[in-house]
Amino acid sequence: MIKINGLSKTFKKQEVIKNLTINFNEGEKIALIGQNGAGKTTLIRCILGQYIFEGKMEVLDMNPRKDRGSILQDVGFVPQTPPPLKMTVGELLKFFNKLTNTPEKEFINLAHSMGLTIEDNLSKPFFKLSGGMKQKLLIAFALGRQPKILLLDEPSANLDPQAREILFDLLQNFRKDSLMILSSHRMNEIKSLVNRVVEMDLGNIVVDKTVIPEIVSSI
Amino acid sequence: MNSGFKEILILDIRQNLRSKWFWVYSLMFGGFVAVMFAMGITESQIIGFVGLSRLMVTFMQVSMVILPIYVLISTVRSVVGDRESNVMEYVLSLPISFSGYFWGKFISKFITVFVPVFIALLGAAIWGTITNIDVPWDLFALYGALLASMIFCFLGISMFISAVAHSQDLAVSSAFIIWLLLVAFLDLILMGIMLKFRFNPEMVIGLGMLNPLQVFRTAVLVLFDPKLTVMGAASYYILDTVSRGVFIIFAISYPIILGLVFGVFGNRNFNRKDII
Repeated sequence: MIKINGLSKTFKKQEVIKNLTINFNEGEKIALIGQNGAGKTTLIRCILGQYIFEGKMEVLDMNPRKDRGSILQDVGFVPQTPPPLKMTVGELLKFFNKLTNTPEKEFINLAHSMGLTIEDNLSKPFFKLSGGMKQKLLIAFALGRQPKILLLDEPSANLDPQAREILFDLLQNFRKDSLMILSSHRMNEIKSLVNRVVEMDLGNIVVDKTVIPEIVSSI
Repeated sequence: MNSGFKEILILDIRQNLRSKWFWVYSLMFGGFVAVMFAMGITESQIIGFVGLSRLMVTFMQVSMVILPIYVLISTVRSVVGDRESNVMEYVLSLPISFSGYFWGKFISKFITVFVPVFIALLGAAIWGTITNIDVPWDLFALYGALLASMIFCFLGISMFISAVAHSQDLAVSSAFIIWLLLVAFLDLILMGIMLKFRFNPEMVIGLGMLNPLQVFRTAVLVLFDPKLTVMGAASYYILDTVSRGVFIIFAISYPIILGLVFGVFGNRNFNRKDII
């Protein structure tokens, strides 16, 4: 689903991703791990078409920059930090519904399953919600679309233990033919979820192993 | 494929309507017209202007002072602000084209800045009709077009700065410097240049016509008899040299073209680099 060949990304003469070659395939649930500055978020932003880069990358057989619109119809994304969106929750629902042709009910139901009642917060600006509520809503928007590719950058950072458990349950039962890339510092937490582990360090891949979910903890 | 233009446009208009800035700005222009009526400005006659035309000229002069800096300061943060606050990272992870995002913001801002000033001007005309004051409709049409044209011009400049600036501070400083330069290059410095360097008047007029603020200032008075004391030297010179019809077309189209050129280059820059 994602083919990367010789990808490099440089910011002001500093190479953040170095000649990266890797493929991410259908059905894979990947833990993308590494310390701060390893290049995980940069890689995700390249996949989203937000960065210009050297080398070749194909996402769903398309160019992530030139064919952004078509690709992003099939990509769900949860950022590390919820953005301070000024729009209300109700507006956000309509916005997602129009842009992704997904019925609002899908998002509402997913939010319910994580313990968030959207109906009570429709007129509240998104940025005024609590950290956990924001994160739950963003997860509902990403998963509710049933995308082919799911990119999650530290998705459980603001969640309480119960919501975290529900999230992992949702991810475990997410469509099996999708590609899921989960960027996280907490390997222990996602070990039961993934079937491949990719570790980055200073822009390089240092570990790339296919694993059986239960024995990931040994890596 | 849906570019997201319409969605960004609607969303941004709603956001602008919720901001305190918008309501302060709208009340300021509406209140200004009301105060001018209350103070009896339509009944006074100073240097040839009388009735509603006097009120409208005053309104346009106030607009010339307030609108450019308001547009610059309130718009210049939009793109660079979204970039710094991570809003852009999230919004542009959705199927929205870069151009849809850029022009959606551009047009929404145009609507929310233009509509309140136009309503204030229209309100003055309607009140004039109700209270039996002669409404100069030709002046009303010209002023409506001039306001739209000037707002579009400064929006183009602001969105360009916002797209290329690396930080909000830099964007705001640049916008402020541009505004200062344009204000400085009205009559005073233009005439100074002409006298100091002994340039020929055509050259100075040419310089004046490049400044959208000078063009606006001159165009506001284009339907009146040219009087040096009222218009200032540059406007007087311009209207003495160029025919009125040609100048009106120029005064409306030039700022729009300038705004469009800046907008196109801003969008091009936005499309061609890292967005975060």
